[in-house]
Amino acid sequence: MSFVSLAFLVPLFPLIGSIINGFFGLKIGKDRVSWVACAGPVMSFAVTLILLFSTFFHPEGTPYPEQSLFTWIAAGDLVIDFGFQIDPLSLVMMMVVTGVGSIIHIYSIGYMYEEYSYYRYFAYLNLFLFSMLLLVMGNNLLVMFIGWEGVGVCSYFLIGYYFEKKSACDAGVKAFVVNRVGDFAFLLGIFGIFKMFGTIDFTEVMTAAPTTLIYDGEAATLITLALFIGATGKSAQIPLYTWLPDAMEGPTPVSALIHAATMVTAGVYMVVRCSALFNMAPLTMMIIALVGGGTALFAATIGCTQWDIKRVLAYSTVSQIGYMFLACGVGAYTAAIFHLVTHAFFKACLFLGSGSVIHGMHHEQDIRKMGGLKDHFPITYVTFLVSTIAIAGIFPFSGFFSKDEILYHALMDGNVIYWGMGISGAFITAFYMFRLVFLTFHGPSHVDPHVHPHESPKVMTLPLIILAFLALTGGILGIPLIHGWHVLHNWLEPVLAFDLETALHASEVMLAEHGHHTSFAEVLHEAQNKSHNIWLEITLMIFSVGVALAGIATAWFFYIKKPELPGKLTKGQWGFDLVENKYYVDEFYDETIVKPVVKGSDLLWRQADARGVDGVVNGVAWVIKLFSRAASSFQSGFVRNYALIMVMGFIFLMIVSQIEI
Amino acid sequence: MELLIFYPLALVSVILAFLVVFNKNAIGSAVCLIGMMLGLAGVFVLMQAHFLAILQVIVYAGAIMVLFMFVIMLLNLKDDDKGWKMRERNVWLTSGTGVLMIGVLYKFMDTTAEAEFNSPATVPDNFGTAELVGTSLFTDFVLPFEVASILLLAAMVGAVVLAKSKVD
Amino acid sequence: MVPLSHYLIFSATLFSIGVLGVLIRRNAIVVFMCVEIMLNAVNVSLIAFDRYMNQHDGQIFSFMVMCVAAAEVSVGLAIVIALFRNKATVNLDEINLMKW
Repeated sequence: MSFVSLAFLVPLFPLIGSIINGFFGLKIGKDRVSWVACAGPVMSFAVTLILLFSTFFHPEGTPYPEQSLFTWIAAGDLVIDFGFQIDPLSLVMMMVVTGVGSIIHIYSIGYMYEEYSYYRYFAYLNLFLFSMLLLVMGNNLLVMFIGWEGVGVCSYFLIGYYFEKKSACDAGVKAFVVNRVGDFAFLLGIFGIFKMFGTIDFTEVMTAAPTTLIYDGEAATLITLALFIGATGKSAQIPLYTWLPDAMEGPTPVSALIHAATMVTAGVYMVVRCSALFNMAPLTMMIIALVGGGTALFAATIGCTQWDIKRVLAYSTVSQIGYMFLACGVGAYTAAIFHLVTHAFFKACLFLGSGSVIHGMHHEQDIRKMGGLKDHFPITYVTFLVSTIAIAGIFPFSGFFSKDEILYHALMDGNVIYWGMGISGAFITAFYMFRLVFLTFHGPSHVDPHVHPHESPKVMTLPLIILAFLALTGGILGIPLIHGWHVLHNWLEPVLAFDLETALHASEVMLAEHGHHTSFAEVLHEAQNKSHNIWLEITLMIFSVGVALAGIATAWFFYIKKPELPGKLTKGQWGFDLVENKYYVDEFYDETIVKPVVKGSDLLWRQADARGVDGVVNGVAWVIKLFSRAASSFQSGFVRNYALIMVMGFIFLMIVSQIEI
Repeated sequence: MELLIFYPLALVSVILAFLVVFNKNAIGSAVCLIGMMLGLAGVFVLMQAHFLAILQVIVYAGAIMVLFMFVIMLLNLKDDDKGWKMRERNVWLTSGTGVLMIGVLYKFMDTTAEAEFNSPATVPDNFGTAELVGTSLFTDFVLPFEVASILLLAAMVGAVVLAKSKVD
Repeated sequence: MVPLSHYLIFSATLFSIGVLGVLIRRNAIVVFMCVEIMLNAVNVSLIAFDRYMNQHDGQIFSFMVMCVAAAEVSVGLAIVIALFRNKATVNLDEINLMKW
């Protein structure tokens, strides 16, 4: 009894909701809009649960069910159908997307109620959900790409929701354009995959990967690099992360949904889905790990210096996704997905909590104008604190389990440098997150006297409580140390299983055919002899908790005990200014990339088009005018001239007729 | 014998044609034209086309030229100063064209007239009589005849419309 | 016996004089009369050929030419009258409105 035929309903419900709200939203009134908008994700969540339970009964070893709606493209060798794939990996993502999505929809009812274009917000949000579901449910790279582009477009719509503000419009354009750069690379990767495999269906490509690609070969490395660059664009890693902080111009629930829980994790999902390909390219894996770890550290440092409550959280997102990529880079895909899930919980809770604060403070976002708010926002404060502890990675909150697993694998499957980047990032994460909590909720109040902060209504606090609860208990999905209790690992293993031995053997054979005789024996040996030391793991766990506590203590020292110290220490320091201005990366991009492109376009427009092309076209007309002016001088209006010309013509004809040819 | 009749007639016609072109006033040109047409009628008779000779006198010299006279007198034109004048720009062009024209026409005509046409063919007795012309007009060429009548009707209507005064 | 060529040269001369008159004269009515000269010259040529080849087609055609000449003269003179009414002149040099 396979419920996979219900799969198409999951993206369909939000799509219908989006269409209804988009076309009729203004007429049916805000309350109906709310019902329509939230019904979609909730019903999708219900169907996802049904699919989830049906997968529990799936017999082992058999391929997971797919639902193919129709054959979309059939052009010669290229046959692509539009279908959905319901396997554990996509189910995890679907649960996160529909579950957290539904919660955020309910929250948005409270947050966005005073807006005029209430319906437009929900139409776009539902459309986003539809695109994201296409992305995670697609059974081939092209359907995923449709969802990929769709979430980019919806992100543009939603970031630029307050389109009367120029900064919001610019931010939306920036997000879209930077995404586009990544998408270009992604497309190149898809083309490469089609060239190598002749198909872009996930199941076919991943099963054929070990035997079609050469391990550490150029094809594998280039394709996976292209895919990864696409992922950096969507998931805001170095070098394509600059759009995410500016994307905070959008409404806060948008930041929670898109830029914390779902869209930015699409890159991670894509890498995990194509894990078989990445496993064949160790060079790319190293680059991914370095980029991920570097981004984690880099963004964390910037987070220490920001004063906008949402910007801090934005850089925190960039940093945490860096962790996920670090995990992917060392091959710990389960850890990456685990951190993705827990991050969705606590980051969404953090964003919604900040939204609650902003809403209650009448859209004040600068934390220097806050302080001592814990009495005004009791529920928000508690949930915010819970999520902050989770992100800092304190036992037994969910963030501890996922982050610790990443750090362990970074050390064991990677090397000490990766672990070092991770652990320093963890320290800084704890530091700046608690800095945020202390400056916002504790300490003396710097609140503007005109602003009267008040707690948010139940429709907004209830989602906060749910998410905080999940952030607290989510760790149950991945209990380490005890064999067999890592639920997520067992769940995902059939999808992520990769036979390295067969792959290496096949590569040796393929290389031998071309006359290169290499042996991958050391690689195989190293992979098979990974030690699993329980005591090392426990030590690392205690060490990382200690580091997190140290970070919290540092923040407490700087912001509660001696609050005047940070200001004194950092005043005039060029290092601080550098970090506060985000290392001037935006300005650098502007100078090196944006300005030359704009100048080049201007050149092409003014010179090539206006003068060149138009000149040629106008020149033709000018030449014709010249000739016609000469020819029209015959029309003198003088009758006798006409007669003269007629006679001359007649004589000419007569002479010609007499000439013997 | 016929040459004796032909040359004077032809000469007179050509001189009168010259006078038409180089006359100072329009009435003088019209009168010279009438004279030329009468001369041509004589040439027609010489060629034994009697019917057409009569037609030439009646229609051309009698009706058309009278119409010309009417219009000239109606318009009451002053004397055209210098009678003829070429545009300064076109003097050489026109003169050259004239000379060329004459030369070409001469050449044209000369090549056409072969030796065998030196003497006229024997023609039946009723050649050029009204009977012959009329018969062929009403049998072989009845269609052009009818069309010509319509043409004349159209010309009549057109002339009336064009020359009507703008009043009412 | 008058050779055909004589008649033809006579016709050609008359025709050239007519053309000359059209090109030279400024008075519209006199130009018309020169056109009549040309038509007459053609008539001579037509009948000459008829005589020398024992046909009667040329005479019929000459008949038609006369008919057309009559029609043309009436309409043309009507135009000249209309022109005179508008511009008070029949001087061709002054009728030059149809230029580019």
